[in-house]
Amino acid sequence: MAGRYKGDLTWEDVTPKPVWMNRRSLIATGASALALGSIAGPAAASLGAAKTEYGTDLEPNDFEEITSYNNFYEFGTDKGDPARNAHMLTTDPWSIEIDGLVDKPGTYSMADILDGVTLEERIYRFRCVERWSMVIPWVGFELADLLQKAGVQDGAQYVAFETALRPDEMPGVQFPIIEWPYREGLRLDEAMHPLTIIATGLYDELLPNQNGAPVRLVVPWKYGYKSIKSIVRISVTENQPVTAWNMYAPKEYGFYSNVNPNRDHPRWSQKFERRVGGGLFAKQTETLMFNGYEKEVASLYDGMDLIEFH
Amino acid sequence: MIGRVPPWSLYAFSIVPPAWLFFLGLTGGLGFEPIKELEHRLGELALQLFIVTLAIRPLREWTGISILKQRRALGLITFFYVALHLLVWLALDVGILSEIWADIIKRPYITVGMAAFLLMIPLAITSNNLSLRKMGPKRWRGWHKLTYPAAVLGALHYVMLAKGFQIEPLVYLGVTLLLLAARFKLPRKTVPV
Repeated sequence: MAGRYKGDLTWEDVTPKPVWMNRRSLIATGASALALGSIAGPAAASLGAAKTEYGTDLEPNDFEEITSYNNFYEFGTDKGDPARNAHMLTTDPWSIEIDGLVDKPGTYSMADILDGVTLEERIYRFRCVERWSMVIPWVGFELADLLQKAGVQDGAQYVAFETALRPDEMPGVQFPIIEWPYREGLRLDEAMHPLTIIATGLYDELLPNQNGAPVRLVVPWKYGYKSIKSIVRISVTENQPVTAWNMYAPKEYGFYSNVNPNRDHPRWSQKFERRVGGGLFAKQTETLMFNGYEKEVASLYDGMDLIEFH
Repeated sequence: MIGRVPPWSLYAFSIVPPAWLFFLGLTGGLGFEPIKELEHRLGELALQLFIVTLAIRPLREWTGISILKQRRALGLITFFYVALHLLVWLALDVGILSEIWADIIKRPYITVGMAAFLLMIPLAITSNNLSLRKMGPKRWRGWHKLTYPAAVLGALHYVMLAKGFQIEPLVYLGVTLLLLAARFKLPRKTVPV
């Protein structure tokens, strides 16, 4: 299944690890030589993901940026809260409950989930509904592989996802920011699309907890909140599932939530975005239809009013 | 003791927090999205100062501590922070003229924030002794009650931009409303209808 999608750029366009590790050392210049030593010390185990012809025409954000500026409200609403608090999450052992219209429902351990899949590196644009964006070199496999493993039955139309809800490990869930657990959903054809992946890593390392370890969804043409983190349940359904942000404010967050510069969020315009990491004088750039994946996914929505079905 | 702090020293010190934030923003101390962080921190500073200035009169009534002499300076500094917050939004955050105008018209939380700023302009202009003398204390005080709606609109602006149900903006709005309520004494007896 791996390698169905061919992107424009290559893995060569990603900042090589020695370079970004070096950047992190430079940031820590003020720190002691000891601290520098620890940064340059033994790196985390490489996942050895397949080097695919894949990417975008943009340079990925640094590891540091991707792992310290996050929205993961289970750990707090400040962008720095997930990096501060997500270490509390137990990610091993982990399993996903797969149920609904599948041939083989049940509890899938991480070993079951990863059995027979080829991990690929995929450099995707990431666009948050709040108008910031990044480029992230994910490691993962196509969601279609997992769904086919479970065996999707006739009549299935949608796929629903659920994030872990653990009050002991997630300080943010004591506040009713949204109705917990976090829930998301896709139409089956969106879920089966080769761009849709289950990520288990980034920069060829295991996913840090604040980025949704150990398994998260990545749907690059939709606003970031669709890419649900730390998944514990996947249900294949006939009816459109409820989703967390849509329940909270349906006019603001639609079920589809495709990146669309022509459909404003009621409280702010979506015409522009700003890349994270550009400093105090970073300029906004124009947001691309389907976050730049129009060629690949526009046909999924032929004849649909993307303003009404936002 | 607090009452003896000369107002000019407050003006002098007021430059420090925004200058420090700007320096942090330039040097990476505000994280990877320094524009938003600077904008938010300046907005929070303004809301906090709003609360301090509104607390000054109840404080005197309840504790006898009087810092009324410093209140005008604190009010002007609040305006200064609101103006800086707006400036960061205009110049660094949005930076596109057509988008700025569209936001002011179309986005209620920005309309509300802008209204708060506009209400504060006549107060800033008339904050000097000359204006006080020309207008007379009664009229001057009447005008300066515009602080009340400005403070409420400022806090409301924060509540309206929160994503999801968040406590912090509601705390600001709640405290602001409480301090305003403290100014209005309820009649002892209600008149039967």
